[in-house]
Amino acid sequence: MSAANAVEVRGVVRRFADDAALQGVSFDVAPGELYGVIGPDGSGKTTLFRILVTLLLPDAGTALVLGRDVVKDLWELRTRIGYMPGRFSLYPDLSVAENLGFFAALFDTTVAAAQETIAPIWVQLEQFAGRRAGALSGGMKQKLALCCALVHRPEILFLDEPTTGVDAVSRKEFWDLLGRLRDGGLPIVVSTPYMDEASLCDRVSLMQDGRLLVTDRPAAIGRGYPRPLFGIRGPNILGLLGALRRFPHAAAVWPFGETLHYTDARRDAAPGLITAELAAHVEAEDLTGVSIVPIEAGIEDAFMWHMAQEPAA
Amino acid sequence: MSEPAIDAQALTRRFGTFTAVDAITFHVERGEVFGFLGANGAGKTTAMRMLIGLLKPTSGSATVAGYDITRQSEQVRRRIGYMSQKFSLYEDLTVQENITLYGGIYGVSDCDIATRTGEILTRIGLENAGGELVREIPLGWKQQLAFCVALLHRPAVVFLDEPTGGVDPITRRRFWELIYEAGAGGTSVLVTTHYLDEAEYCGRISIMVNGAIAAMGTPAEVRRQVGAATLDEVFLKLTRPGSAA
Repeated sequence: MSAANAVEVRGVVRRFADDAALQGVSFDVAPGELYGVIGPDGSGKTTLFRILVTLLLPDAGTALVLGRDVVKDLWELRTRIGYMPGRFSLYPDLSVAENLGFFAALFDTTVAAAQETIAPIWVQLEQFAGRRAGALSGGMKQKLALCCALVHRPEILFLDEPTTGVDAVSRKEFWDLLGRLRDGGLPIVVSTPYMDEASLCDRVSLMQDGRLLVTDRPAAIGRGYPRPLFGIRGPNILGLLGALRRFPHAAAVWPFGETLHYTDARRDAAPGLITAELAAHVEAEDLTGVSIVPIEAGIEDAFMWHMAQEPAA
Repeated sequence: MSEPAIDAQALTRRFGTFTAVDAITFHVERGEVFGFLGANGAGKTTAMRMLIGLLKPTSGSATVAGYDITRQSEQVRRRIGYMSQKFSLYEDLTVQENITLYGGIYGVSDCDIATRTGEILTRIGLENAGGELVREIPLGWKQQLAFCVALLHRPAVVFLDEPTGGVDPITRRRFWELIYEAGAGGTSVLVTTHYLDEAEYCGRISIMVNGAIAAMGTPAEVRRQVGAATLDEVFLKLTRPGSAA
């Protein structure tokens, strides 16, 4: 029943001058799914979103949103989708209430008609109704933008980096709101450069250089890590990093905060054997107080593994 | 030599009746990588502007590289480096021109500029890109280059304002390896950020809430002090005491 998918993207390509921003992207978003596109700046997230919301034409490939073609059915789609662009794009000189009223009027509706849809966000914004949008905090600006994207009661929501530059507390509140909207049945496609936000989505695609590296449920992405992975700690982190990279079976060694993540190149070697060999190796390099523990891979481990497998652009 | 790179005593800044920075006391050791955290509006930027000599404290005092930030701000400025995500390099100049320009501004000799240019380009793998415009090189390299440029005059302390937002995870780690190397070489690094996963890389961190330091220590110590499993949780507990994290 592919027609029931909220989004279907097949082989979408987009070039700017001689730069390929999207190099053949394909994925589906199921009905009612909270779908994340996770990738760094410049990976092509915004280009992809602009195509999906009918603001940009693909050079090749097709994209259906709510079963409608983003090129042929753009006028119908524009009334049915909600879009929150990455850059704050409300009127800073209008008040919170005026911005909301303005966006309602653009879609030939009223704020009152949208009351039920926007209620969970509006309760947090209401106290600032008379304040100029430009004078809101970063977190509140994003909530207002979300309200404006919902005021015409869209059937799907596209949010391009809604939490960039927003502090940890506001980020959590924003994701709580997205979870509530999704629980109400609204499909949501959201992009973010923060790897730790992947776990808040139902499914994610990891994006780099205009390609999707991998698409799956967040927990499955870590479980699919193809090599033995270890968390290694010690007092001299820089010395440890160098020593581990000199170990003949090292496939990758990266700092993760206070811990180093070590990937062994041998797919099937027993963790106990690797641990013993690593312990002997670091001891031979005069490093003491080192702990070595097998660990589960996370999204960032997977992202880096897949990046390293891609041919250099 | 053993004096701290930064030593702040009850450093305070008021704007009218609003206390932006409320008597903060902390120090950063030589070669230490210190994370200076807080929500938007917690007072991080105001504190940093005082430490780099751009804003006078209302009360309290601080020394940076051994010099008083109020009475000796010129000496302070000559011994610090600064890099932010918003302002770093000139996009319309080449890599080489940027290095030469900043070297000149900081009074590095032509001979040292030439040597250090070679070292920097080799270290970050840009040997063949000296003649390219900065706007043409990838973001990740720009940030690594900006960091090396901030270290060009061998400052005692380098201030980094949200240095690695938006970069891919490999580039981010290459960047942190540069920071660790700077620390191992004796340069102290103060990183202001609200990205908590970035804080995990710091030797010690402080978390500002409403202008005051609410917690300070190694990331593990801070998690223990606050009774939280992750720094995210620490942050939520300190900034929204009422909410269940």
